[in-house]
Amino acid sequence: MLLIQCPYCDEALPELEFAYAGEAHIARPADPSALSDEEWRDFLFIRTNTRGPHFERWRHIHGCGQFFNAVRDTVSDRFLMTYKAGEPRPVLNALEAAE
Amino acid sequence: MTTQRHNFDTQPFLLEELPPVARFSLRVRSANRGALEGALGLELPDLVGHRSTRGQAEVLCLGPDEWMILTPEADRDALVSVAASAYMQIPHSLVEVSDREITLRLSGPQALTALTAGCPRDIDAIPVGRGARTLFDNATVVLWRDGPQDFRMNVWRSFVPHVRAILDKVMAELKSGL
Ligand SMILES: [Zn+2]
Repeated sequence: MLLIQCPYCDEALPELEFAYAGEAHIARPADPSALSDEEWRDFLFIRTNTRGPHFERWRHIHGCGQFFNAVRDTVSDRFLMTYKAGEPRPVLNALEAAE
Repeated sequence: MTTQRHNFDTQPFLLEELPPVARFSLRVRSANRGALEGALGLELPDLVGHRSTRGQAEVLCLGPDEWMILTPEADRDALVSVAASAYMQIPHSLVEVSDREITLRLSGPQALTALTAGCPRDIDAIPVGRGARTLFDNATVVLWRDGPQDFRMNVWRSFVPHVRAILDKVMAELKSGL
């Protein structure tokens, strides 16, 4: 079974306790009514669909309940790292070098 | 052909439904945690899974800003009124969830084995004296480890028949030496 490190519980726990919650680091526009239809569509629906390391949100829903971010390789399904929500997006090159 | 020695334990584990207690879900931001501890007269551990007791009240940290509090039913109103009078100074949320859940106690030589039938988490890695919200089959539960083979499990009441059915099956399997 896949284990996911929850940065709040500080423990690697079974995937079944977690829920995937979409791509990470997509900020909601401060003033949605100022956006064009195309910009709003892009915010709602357009995602990077990365092949390789993907920044994504997860929620430890059957545990501490917190949302956090993860970097997961979409090819190998391997988690490169997890980090707390609100922390800056990690620099990918350093992560890849550590692999 | 292989021969296998079976351990026909008459009672692999004991499953009990514990009498009602008052249960509360407490949410408070970490900046206000210390102040609320003082107001409620409870220790709110800041590490997920850690527990504290004060008198007959028991606290389990479920998340970075969430605790479950258990008290005898007689102390319910006192806790509610103390929290209400602190509310203006220390914003928080204290919600009574007593009727939402039923507490099952699992104890005996194979209590841990029985839990592993439903829990994907490594139950043996939970230290005695700690707890966790986790999963039993598809039901979210809160688990307390009171001893090496002594557990309490809070199950939302509508899931109890499902959880018990699984544990009954596990009981039959363990009794038959499987
Ligand atoms: Zn967690």
